[in-house]
Amino acid sequence: MHIRMNPETTQTIAKVVIWAAALLVLLLLFTIMIYFLSKGIPHITWQFLTEIPSDMGKTGGISSAIVGTLALTLVAIVVATPLGVGTAFYLTEYTRESGVTKVIRFSAESLAGIPSIVYGLFGFIFFVTYLKLGWSILSGGLTLAVMILPTIIRTSEEAIRTVPPMYREVSFSLGGTKWQTMTKVLIPSALPGIATGIILGIGRCVAETAAVILTAGSALQMPTSLFSPARTLAVHFYILASEGISLDNAFATAAILIILILLINIGANLLVNRFVAKRR
Amino acid sequence: MKLKNFGERLPHGLFFIIALSALTVLALITIFIFVQGVPLIAKVGFFNFIFGMKWAPSQGYYGIFPMIVGTISVTLGAIILGVPVSLCCAIFLAEFAPRHFSDVVRPAIQLLAGIPSVVYGFWGLIFIVPLIREYLGGPGLSILAGSIILAIMILPTVISISEVSLLSLSPLLKEGAFALGATHWQTIRSVLVPAAKSGIVASIILGIGRAVGETMAVIMVLGNAVALPDSILSPVRTLTTNIGIEMGYASGEHQQALFATGIVLLVIIMILNSLAQYSIKRK
Amino acid sequence: MRKSDAKSRLFFRFSLIFSLFLSLFSIILLTGCARNPDTVVVAGSTSVQPFAEVLAQEYMTLHPGVSIDVQGGGSAAGIMATQSGTTDIGMSSRNLQGSETSLWSIEIARDGIAIIVNPKNQVTGLTLQQVADIYDGKTTNWDQIGGKKGEIDVFTREDGSGTRSSFESLVMGPSQIMARAMVENSNGAIRQLVSDDPGAIGYISLGLVDNTVRALDLGGIVPSRANVVNGTYNLSRPFLFLTLKPPTGLVKDFIDFTMSPQGQQILYAQGLITPGYSP
Repeated sequence: MHIRMNPETTQTIAKVVIWAAALLVLLLLFTIMIYFLSKGIPHITWQFLTEIPSDMGKTGGISSAIVGTLALTLVAIVVATPLGVGTAFYLTEYTRESGVTKVIRFSAESLAGIPSIVYGLFGFIFFVTYLKLGWSILSGGLTLAVMILPTIIRTSEEAIRTVPPMYREVSFSLGGTKWQTMTKVLIPSALPGIATGIILGIGRCVAETAAVILTAGSALQMPTSLFSPARTLAVHFYILASEGISLDNAFATAAILIILILLINIGANLLVNRFVAKRR
Repeated sequence: MKLKNFGERLPHGLFFIIALSALTVLALITIFIFVQGVPLIAKVGFFNFIFGMKWAPSQGYYGIFPMIVGTISVTLGAIILGVPVSLCCAIFLAEFAPRHFSDVVRPAIQLLAGIPSVVYGFWGLIFIVPLIREYLGGPGLSILAGSIILAIMILPTVISISEVSLLSLSPLLKEGAFALGATHWQTIRSVLVPAAKSGIVASIILGIGRAVGETMAVIMVLGNAVALPDSILSPVRTLTTNIGIEMGYASGEHQQALFATGIVLLVIIMILNSLAQYSIKRK
Repeated sequence: MRKSDAKSRLFFRFSLIFSLFLSLFSIILLTGCARNPDTVVVAGSTSVQPFAEVLAQEYMTLHPGVSIDVQGGGSAAGIMATQSGTTDIGMSSRNLQGSETSLWSIEIARDGIAIIVNPKNQVTGLTLQQVADIYDGKTTNWDQIGGKKGEIDVFTREDGSGTRSSFESLVMGPSQIMARAMVENSNGAIRQLVSDDPGAIGYISLGLVDNTVRALDLGGIVPSRANVVNGTYNLSRPFLFLTLKPPTGLVKDFIDFTMSPQGQQILYAQGLITPGYSP
């Protein structure tokens, strides 16, 4: 027997459930963030940020991990961005929409979705062992570059494609060359989208663990060259946490990671907003 | 458009080289994975590989079925736990939240997406695993623990895309429903959500993709036993964690088997992507 | 703007981008030759790793300008890396087998394997056979071996671990560790999980046992360094340094340091059994 409820009652119940769900999500977010930040921030001292870890990470600081994170991310972005954005430009501006481009787009989409661990496996065998680059910032950075390349291609391509055709037509009608159109019209318009892809890539590099351990190693020393092995903050946190070496330092590392992600997100939003505002 | 001008040919050539390099790299990976993995699948036999119950590389057993069960059960659990909450949250943001509130909540949820998976994994190890062990039984390292962590991790994906789908609906839909006398909730349930269905389904599929690909968060809470799980309280191994644990020392056939697992993952992702695109196109 | 100006600006921009690109590619192609000659890479067993780290730190203090990079990965990974030349020194916590014996090796210390349980566990000792029965799944509940009723949560190391191999050959004998056993890939992880779970059992390096876990007596013998040395506690395995060819140069110097009285004393102070030093 179907009970007919007053629609108002149903609405109230639904509202309660929905508000509850939303509050649950917020609660989770705050719990997790505040847990790590509150346990970690007290242990972040200037010393912690500038010393290298010693005694497997139980004592000392995380300066080498900070440098490692920056170095790996830099290599990855420097390699992947020109390749990715350039490919996106080529696909949208210099080729006609065809079966081939559809296949390429689908492949980029799929490759962007492959679990990072598979990239780690590839990077270990190709860069570390086969090319004999060893466990190094180079191996790790190149592996990460390959990992974020599909994402950058995909987001850049979409950003460029969604620039209204009118922009191009106006530029051409004013006598602009293709190159001028691209640099003065397309890139600025598509920049928020392209930047989003790059920021996503940076986020992925900072958070990646398994692929990095296997390609950049897990040495504690401050890296001295592209060929030095290096730890990233995420790797350092993983090792400290899973092996129970030092919970205090683990929390501190996690806190720094979360703050870093926060800064990247805020920076990204500011950047995007500024460009969107400028265009207006 | 004729490209006689040198100033036009140079960038064209340059971009061509760039695109070629990038696509070569991507093709290289795909080819590499297949070249390493396919011979092993051929040698062991497709059915023995996919449905083989025993994974013991040192003895020559390469059956990944326990891991397939692991991936499916953990992902299913994540969907069951995560999607209802995500949908409610998306509806909340799109329909009920005051503007200032949602302007704060939305970036906050995006922040959730950026937190490294190892942090989630460790959090799960400290909070979720002991709770499961004390109140539900088993070692705590279990499918349930993995599902809960993954559910939390796919929240941002499902929430943001579903919300966008809801917001992009024509306001006429809502106005029409109200004009007919429907309550807010009736409108949401019978008009808006079905209208946004393709976007919502796409978000769920993307969430599944994320859950399937997750490694570090679950490696810390799953227990990584190679056997078929008995219940959601049993430890289990997924396709990704299997690669993660063994890739450091696998060599020869064992390594090829891990690449073969990578092929399986790639195929799963391709199927999911196709489904998502199909769902969006059906709009 | 004149056309020639525009063209040359264009050209300049492209050459810049192109040369940047080219230089990046050439960096990548410069494999092998650019490796820092004052670096030694040590990789492998996670059991040996913390001790190699301590040795490395001491060595680097004595020889500034040299970098000793220590990596984990497990014994099998270390052996593989030594064979492929990815690492200068490999670390192993098990004996070499088969084709691996073509590698040059030296035993830098010995270490016992401790069977650990949660401190809350009433069981304080087992026989070797009982441990084997737990690990191959015959015994599933603590009340079958004198403890409080509760399921035994069995923890083991990963397949490529030297500690696991040694455990398998010394304890399991012909039987296999069951598929249901939970796998973790470092001593520290096993120690942490056993200290959290009242029903857990695991095995780790004797040198890494601390007060968060309890090491079981085996056949009535207390697991201690003294008992490993006098042979009554016979769960012990060698810590090996491996190289592809007999060591030379900096690698040889570091290994010599490890085997010197100074190096051996460091290892002894860390809790290992050292052939080259005793107080």
